[in-house]
Amino acid sequence: MTDDKPDDPTPPDDGTFFEQSDRRLFLKQSLAVASLTLSPFPFLKTAEPDSDEAPVGNAEKVSFTLSVNGKKLRLSTDPRTTLLDLLREQLGLTGTKKGCDFGQCGACTVHVDGQRVLACLSFAVMQNGRKITTIEGLAKGDRLHPMQEAFIKHDGFQCGYCTPGQLMSAVSCLREGRANSEADIQEYMSGNLCRCGAYPNIVKAILDVKTGGQNA
Amino acid sequence: MKPFEYVRPSTLQEAIELVATNPKAQFIAGGTNLIDLMKHNIAAPGKLVDINHLPLKKIEKRDGFLRIGALVLNSEVASHKRVLASHPLLVQALNAGASGQLRNMATVGGNLLQRTRCPYFYDRAFPCNKRIPGSGCGALGGINRMHAIFGVPEKPDPRSCIAVHPSDLSVALSALEATVWVQGPHGERQIPMNDFHRLPNNRPEQDTTLANGELITAVEIPDAVFPKHVHYLKVRDRASYAFALVSVAAALDIDQNRIKTVRLAMGGVAHKPWRLFEAEKLLTGQTVSETIFRQAAEVAMQGARAFEHNAYKLKVAPNAIVQALKLAASLS
Repeated sequence: MTDDKPDDPTPPDDGTFFEQSDRRLFLKQSLAVASLTLSPFPFLKTAEPDSDEAPVGNAEKVSFTLSVNGKKLRLSTDPRTTLLDLLREQLGLTGTKKGCDFGQCGACTVHVDGQRVLACLSFAVMQNGRKITTIEGLAKGDRLHPMQEAFIKHDGFQCGYCTPGQLMSAVSCLREGRANSEADIQEYMSGNLCRCGAYPNIVKAILDVKTGGQNA
Repeated sequence: MKPFEYVRPSTLQEAIELVATNPKAQFIAGGTNLIDLMKHNIAAPGKLVDINHLPLKKIEKRDGFLRIGALVLNSEVASHKRVLASHPLLVQALNAGASGQLRNMATVGGNLLQRTRCPYFYDRAFPCNKRIPGSGCGALGGINRMHAIFGVPEKPDPRSCIAVHPSDLSVALSALEATVWVQGPHGERQIPMNDFHRLPNNRPEQDTTLANGELITAVEIPDAVFPKHVHYLKVRDRASYAFALVSVAAALDIDQNRIKTVRLAMGGVAHKPWRLFEAEKLLTGQTVSETIFRQAAEVAMQGARAFEHNAYKLKVAPNAIVQALKLAASLS
């Protein structure tokens, strides 16, 4: 097909894409929706994710709010969409990887309200009002997260496919206080598989961050 | 995946009514098993009733019991101070199950309701009585190394099922004689943990004794007499993040080297958590020793029968029982 442009970065113009975080666009579209629905102040509501406000919709589209890497988003999707597919397909955040898609490999690990979870075993609409952090939100601008630095220093990867999940899980593991020894790390990182077998170096990297007293 | 309508009721009553009045509706909590099953087209609810916002998230001390809300996450139970202090067996079992990520998603109620991981249940190319009642059992003449050795029919029964229940938490709850609180369209009732899961018989599609529309609201555990001498032993194909081939929950109350009370339950060996009542009877009042533990294990294995590929469980299981008891009794 000649009009098939897989590399076109332009977001779909259906009011579901706010990754560009253009606030004016956001308000404009919110107001457009407001004028259609005649509800009083929807844009004020939608600008602030509110977990008490239930997602609304039908079997085809459900509207809800999420905060992704600090950006508040008003989204609309088929309720079958997993958090993983939403992040990758709708928001263009392809750092979170799809490995098995059945909760067995850990490649899709993200943080929801600061806790590590599997994005593939979670429907996006069920995360309404929650704060999602993906690998794209781990570094502070150009400054890498200490865990990212440690993975580079210790060569904690080969092909890199599992690495975003390993990193998100490692940061959580440290926060949970489960990175006190090699054995501890092996046990509490067991949900992240690495087919290249970079495990020894991953364990070293996590221990380094732990003993270096760096903030995770 | 089949399309479904997503609803998020704000009260328990509303949630129960939504499921009780619609045979195609299903509750969803953590979703770690249900979404997996939906992706495989094994579960295809027309309506998903999200119960995650219902007020079932407390761990409370009651008179003589610890009450854990159905929506408390597995990781929250495993790191809760009171649970750590009074029910270390529960914590050990929880941490032996799944992964850090899954424990942050899976709820207590959902853990009890997870379905078997029998590969023939998951593979729609094969018959499975649990998936399609009456279609046959792929495991009976197939690869059955993960399958049950207890509670299975004497003669191969084409309508039955030899799958095992995969939950570690349920094995510990069985040993701790927990009670499951459920709420349904006709009110509230309590089910003793040992009666909650069922043997397959001729209705393997039914994992539990829950009625249509009933929802687990809490699990209550009687105050422990076992804060010290407990051990959850899990034998599996890899060191972590795998389902049990055989697991043993052992809890002992020992007074001056004499066993006052003992509870034993096994996982990975039956369609439900398998309490070892006869072994418990034999051990009660006895002096702690490896010899008596070995005798108890022999008693526990009576009635076990193996299929083509799981005869190793007949050896692994008694050894696991002895080992769990020794570790619980700090006998090396």
